[in-house]
Amino acid sequence: MPFPQVNAVIVGAGAGGGVVTKELAEAGLSVVLLERGDWPRYDEHNDDELVSQRTPALGNPFGPDDTHYRRVLANADGSTRTVLPSEGSYNNNAGCVGGGTASYGAMAWRFMPQDFRLKSTYGAVKDSTLEDWPISYDELEPFYEKAEYEWGVAGDYSENPFAGPRKKPFPMPAFPHNREANMLIAAMKRMGLHPFPVPMLRNSVPYNGRPACIHMRSCVGFACPINAKAGSQNTVIPVALATGNCQVRTGCVVAEIIVDEKGRARGVNYFDAAGERQKQLADIVIVSASATETARLLLNSKSKLFPNGAGNNNDWVGRNLQGHGYVGAWGLTEEESYEEAGPGATVAISDFNHGNAGLVGGGMLANEFIRLPYLFCNIRPPGEARWGKAHKDYQRRNFKRCVRLVGPIQEMPNFTARVSVDPTVKDDWGIPVCRLSGTRHSYDLQLGDFLSKKAEAIVKEMGATRVWRSGLGMGLSGGQHQAGTCRMGNDPNTSVTNRFGQVHTVDNLFIADGSLHVTNGGFNPALTIVAVAYWVASYIKTEWKGGKFRS
Amino acid sequence: MEESEVTPPQTNGQTAPPPLPVGHSRRTVVKLVVIGATGAAAGAGGAAIITHRGQAAPAPYRFFSEGEASLLIAICEQIIPRDDAPGATDAGVIHYIDRQLSGKLARHQRVYRQGLESFRKTCLQIHKKPFEELPFATQTETLRLLESGRAPKDLWGSPSQQEFFNLVIDHTMQGFYGSPRHGGNREYASYRMLGLAYPNIIGQNRYASGKQG
Repeated sequence: MPFPQVNAVIVGAGAGGGVVTKELAEAGLSVVLLERGDWPRYDEHNDDELVSQRTPALGNPFGPDDTHYRRVLANADGSTRTVLPSEGSYNNNAGCVGGGTASYGAMAWRFMPQDFRLKSTYGAVKDSTLEDWPISYDELEPFYEKAEYEWGVAGDYSENPFAGPRKKPFPMPAFPHNREANMLIAAMKRMGLHPFPVPMLRNSVPYNGRPACIHMRSCVGFACPINAKAGSQNTVIPVALATGNCQVRTGCVVAEIIVDEKGRARGVNYFDAAGERQKQLADIVIVSASATETARLLLNSKSKLFPNGAGNNNDWVGRNLQGHGYVGAWGLTEEESYEEAGPGATVAISDFNHGNAGLVGGGMLANEFIRLPYLFCNIRPPGEARWGKAHKDYQRRNFKRCVRLVGPIQEMPNFTARVSVDPTVKDDWGIPVCRLSGTRHSYDLQLGDFLSKKAEAIVKEMGATRVWRSGLGMGLSGGQHQAGTCRMGNDPNTSVTNRFGQVHTVDNLFIADGSLHVTNGGFNPALTIVAVAYWVASYIKTEWKGGKFRS
Repeated sequence: MEESEVTPPQTNGQTAPPPLPVGHSRRTVVKLVVIGATGAAAGAGGAAIITHRGQAAPAPYRFFSEGEASLLIAICEQIIPRDDAPGATDAGVIHYIDRQLSGKLARHQRVYRQGLESFRKTCLQIHKKPFEELPFATQTETLRLLESGRAPKDLWGSPSQQEFFNLVIDHTMQGFYGSPRHGGNREYASYRMLGLAYPNIIGQNRYASGKQG
């Protein structure tokens, strides 16, 4: 029996999809949220570093699995390789209710005002599709605030002079600094820098019915056993369910958006958990499946009006794939820096996000999340032995005496860094898979070099006995911070959606995830994805109340 | 949940694994694994261990032949050798790799099968002896040849010598430092070595942090 038509169907239960689901359900719309994965289960993934979303040697605990999913990586020489979700070049984020927010490190960054107008601040960059966002920090500020209060953010910006203005303080006090951070802070202050606590989507005190953080070492890459870490699965989606207007269907893999001959989205075709074909008709379709999968879904949604995929008459869907190149410096220390407490990262500086002479943008620097033993095996200065007695001695000597200061550079959009659909390879449901091609923009290397040298100077000032930098290669960037593939913009020729996430050419088709980001900031993007989703949902609600979209 | 491995008998043996004769019997291999496994067990400080002494040994490996296993054990022991802390053999790295090649890492079966064969031939050509019979220092030098791609190229196709050795290094690290539920890191050998609390008990950590009201 076919499902009855609903007001809105939402594809993907991550940061963006969870928010839109809750907002629309609260506004009285009937909503179906489709998620390919399952609800995250903590107990199956306790303290197992090999089945962690951060080091998925034996698979991703929070999806997708290696059995049913694959992608194609296309190299510059024309050769291709099929890659699995547990391999780095798959550029995975997650596949479960909560999406990446079920297992992330939960840094809660607002982008800075300049991040929304990089081009007008710095000018064009050669061979880059760099553009300003069509929305400003000031327009997004109330939605950042809503994100911080509804999800719960612990922070304190009293010592951060670089952040954009905010109307309300953080809802929770900041976390105290850990040992590694305290070692770095003294050096930063001697150098005239401005260290402050990393804002976190994690409870420093009990908040919204969820308890305070218990500092598990298995935090980043894992789900929180007590829900101290905020994700869409333990914040907005439960609120949506409580309205009675929302149904969450897990194990549902969406194959295509149905677009009719008038260019209107009618709903989606999908495979349910039993592998059966299903159809869900809706007045509004919202795609929030991540920058790679959202682009793939649009491209796979071919119709008479859109033979190259929904909303893709201008060939911009899937373009400008970005993530975050992480650069920084490692240092070995005499005194112990390790603490048996997750997630680690507590201190950051924003001194180098903007205003770097001769450079476009920059990035924040923070002390790195806790390093577990397997991950630490690959942390070596250049030339250090990887195996043998020397490996063992290194592990014993340095596992607890290692400092890392690291940050995401703001990447330059590159039109040829791209998600397309593979002409031959399909997933287990017969749906053409993502084909990833292109490289990052070469400007990123320049910026990475700059930021890693800043990190190196700080770690040296701290008094580390041995210091080395970590930089970037030219490989495609995407991964957990993937963004940019359906950018928003005022010009329908050079963007996929308008400033409200509404696909230019399909009136009732919306996007609400990192795909919309024109640029991805020098910060972890989760809070911005959440804030933009509130912004998109606000517009949909207003239009709906005005009588729009009803079929 | 993963299946648990058969736990080896506990002895006080701390000696290095003896070299295997060519054409060794299956029983020899079982003994080798058993002896090798005891370092961690002996260091466990009286942890209760179920013994199987005197019982018929079960088939020791799911994927590897006995010859492949003895060669790989020797390679892994080079990657993480026993000293005053357990090494790869003690920690059961071979069981980790063997089990995963029959499961989550089955896509690497060919690399192991071909790579071990190429490596066996490499040792015979260079040293006229199996790897397991070489002195420890000579074994190290031989693996350094692989690492730098200097072993006879005609013996290596796909995988290349470096591709093979890099994969074994990575899987050895996984087996030594990963969760014991996957067959390696027996008795949390690596966590003891690093001074890491184990297991990670939620309640314990909760109260230790002092944050939970």
